[in-house]
Amino acid sequence: MVRKLSTILATAVVASAAFAVPAKAQDSVYVPLFTYRTGPFSGSGIPIANGMRDYLTMLNERDGGIGGAKLILEECETGYDTKKGVECYEAVKGKNPVMINPWSTGITLPLIPRAAVDKIPILSMAYGLSASADGDTFPWIFNPPNTYWDGLSMIIKYIGEQEGGLDKLKGKKIGYVYLDAGFGREPLPLFDQLSRDLGFELKLYPVPADSMQNQSSQWLSVRRDRPDYMVMYGWGALNPTAVKEAAKINFPMEKFISIWWPGDDDLRSAGAGGKGFKTLNWHAVGTDFPALQDIQKLVVDKGLSQAQKNTLGEVLYNRGVYNSMLIAEGIRNAQQITGKKVVTGEDVRRGLETLDLNEARLKELGLEGFAGPIKLTCTDHNGHRPAFMQQWDGEKWVKISEPIEPMADRVKPLLEAAAKDYAEKSTGWPKRTEPCDKQS
Amino acid sequence: MDILYNIFIDPFVQMGSAPDLLVQTLWEGLVSGVLYALIALGFVLIFKASGVFNFAQGIMVVFAALTLVGLYEAGVPAILALILTIGVMFVLAVGVERIVLRPLVNQPDIILFMATFGLTYFLIGFGELVFGGNPKVMITDQLYLPRGSVEFEMLGGFVSLQKIDITAAVIASVMVASLAVFFQKTRIGRALRAVADSHKAALSVGISLNQIWIIVWFTAGIVALATGIMWGARSEVSFALQIIALKALPVLILGGFTSVPGAIVGGLIIGVGEKLGEFYWGPLVGSGIESWLAYVIALGFLLFRPQGLFGEKIIERI
Repeated sequence: MVRKLSTILATAVVASAAFAVPAKAQDSVYVPLFTYRTGPFSGSGIPIANGMRDYLTMLNERDGGIGGAKLILEECETGYDTKKGVECYEAVKGKNPVMINPWSTGITLPLIPRAAVDKIPILSMAYGLSASADGDTFPWIFNPPNTYWDGLSMIIKYIGEQEGGLDKLKGKKIGYVYLDAGFGREPLPLFDQLSRDLGFELKLYPVPADSMQNQSSQWLSVRRDRPDYMVMYGWGALNPTAVKEAAKINFPMEKFISIWWPGDDDLRSAGAGGKGFKTLNWHAVGTDFPALQDIQKLVVDKGLSQAQKNTLGEVLYNRGVYNSMLIAEGIRNAQQITGKKVVTGEDVRRGLETLDLNEARLKELGLEGFAGPIKLTCTDHNGHRPAFMQQWDGEKWVKISEPIEPMADRVKPLLEAAAKDYAEKSTGWPKRTEPCDKQS
Repeated sequence: MDILYNIFIDPFVQMGSAPDLLVQTLWEGLVSGVLYALIALGFVLIFKASGVFNFAQGIMVVFAALTLVGLYEAGVPAILALILTIGVMFVLAVGVERIVLRPLVNQPDIILFMATFGLTYFLIGFGELVFGGNPKVMITDQLYLPRGSVEFEMLGGFVSLQKIDITAAVIASVMVASLAVFFQKTRIGRALRAVADSHKAALSVGISLNQIWIIVWFTAGIVALATGIMWGARSEVSFALQIIALKALPVLILGGFTSVPGAIVGGLIIGVGEKLGEFYWGPLVGSGIESWLAYVIALGFLLFRPQGLFGEKIIERI
């Protein structure tokens, strides 16, 4: 308790010190972090916030920032609430932020039209609008390393492999339980298309936010419909409750597959019934990487982190680390392209567009084997990288598959059509005028 | 024609063809209803004593459950943690009376209502400061609450009853019955009803307003603790639990803000109604109708009984 209070006080002091430094101070770049440590979704938000903040803090402690520019970090609490997220955006946009990480599809959507106007790139890492992967239409939006549509195509591909081929899905029944919000509804167009193309029956089980902890209706319907597989796009308390409800109706857990968001806490809350549950992932868990050990030594051990020591390396903590690695590389690239130490949002947009995280660079970062390489371009702001399947063994996540490539042939045409449709429906949507840079 | 068939015929055909699922749906509805009733009961208690809608009831559920699990995680044995949590809810009741309510005696109801808003945000902040925002696992086993399920083969299928749900139903029923007796048959209960009618009149006949308020807030705190344990066991102990409190609103509309039996009957009607609605009629409109269906059911009843099922008909001379 005393330690917690002292950590909070220390954080407050650090935060006030950060406020005291003008955002445009000499040799510093301002990186706002939209987080949710409070509210109904804090269970998912806290580990991600910790991972994001700790990686960037580690760069400040170890390297003095990036390329000689100190990182000024400021969290804005959104509570996963779209209105508060937009308020956060309005509050920080005048401080010359180098990018925005909304950490909510609901918040990302209203920020998309603003980004080009305010010249602030949006990094919605593996969430947000899938169509924003199209850099020609959305030059200011980035959503690497894969879209929700990629994720769904990988899950269907994996199910196909389990059944002996995609053609074997004909006549099968696949259920989809999801948060009835922008995030959960995002993959519906592709799901619908795939069900028609592959001949499986799609059953939908939307869960309103106020029923996240009371899903008995949805799972009774699952019991009635007897789907062969269940797919989940859940967040916050929806995830552990769904796993508990699935166990309650004896749904085979190895046929219950989620997009990449369930965390360790979700499965611990779900109890013994969660054993066998599967999710996609694209990065490692654990702390056996030099960068993670630097975080331990330079941030956590020094009391600069809000994370409890035993949560380092958990899947959502490492997700936050991955996010900040992208932030840092975007800034570094921008510095290299422009030759400036203190870069702006416009510069970092160029930095993100030339991102090339190959094996060698990942090794330099102390993250060799942490995740696969990724390269973004002017036209591709996503990368559409493969992900693998991991399974909860009752105590931890275990990788159980080789990387699964998304179904590019099915996803890409839909993404392009969706991007075109978005631009046509948004009156006055600007044509891209931003020039392309060479890869750094 | 198909639409009419799907609305008026097909759901009943489904009920007849899979009666085990109908029984299961009714059971799930009853369990949800009992748990909604528990939350509604917390609102009713405070409303009866002060005429104020306690906006803080939802966060009290979270705070009580977090305190229990937090104490256990700090090394306190589970049963002792339970007793200490009850103690914390008593201290909270005294604190609310001294700091929030006492200075607001005789103020308009809306002022007291706004004060409960303030209390809500205080408890959210205080809870997060002390316990953090991470979800916690309810200490079900340590409290000797049963796990697992009982399954019956019946009506050509099976019906599965979770032991924790059976326990929740029993505990809630006992609490509701005790509270009904407490309010109807005891001196304190009558005093409480007097306070609800008029603060001034109650004071003039020697009823201690402060004492009544402490008793009521403490009782609402215990109800919140029971609710937190049961909902926490079904999902997790996190700040998301406060959203569940919203489910009590249609129950209150239906049952009346001042009736303990109304809370339980209203809870059961809403619980069963929304489960049947979602299960049999939900697929017709893409599912996900539960959150608004409860209000439709409540409003439907209000057309015939504007004061709610058991609410008092208030006649004011003008």
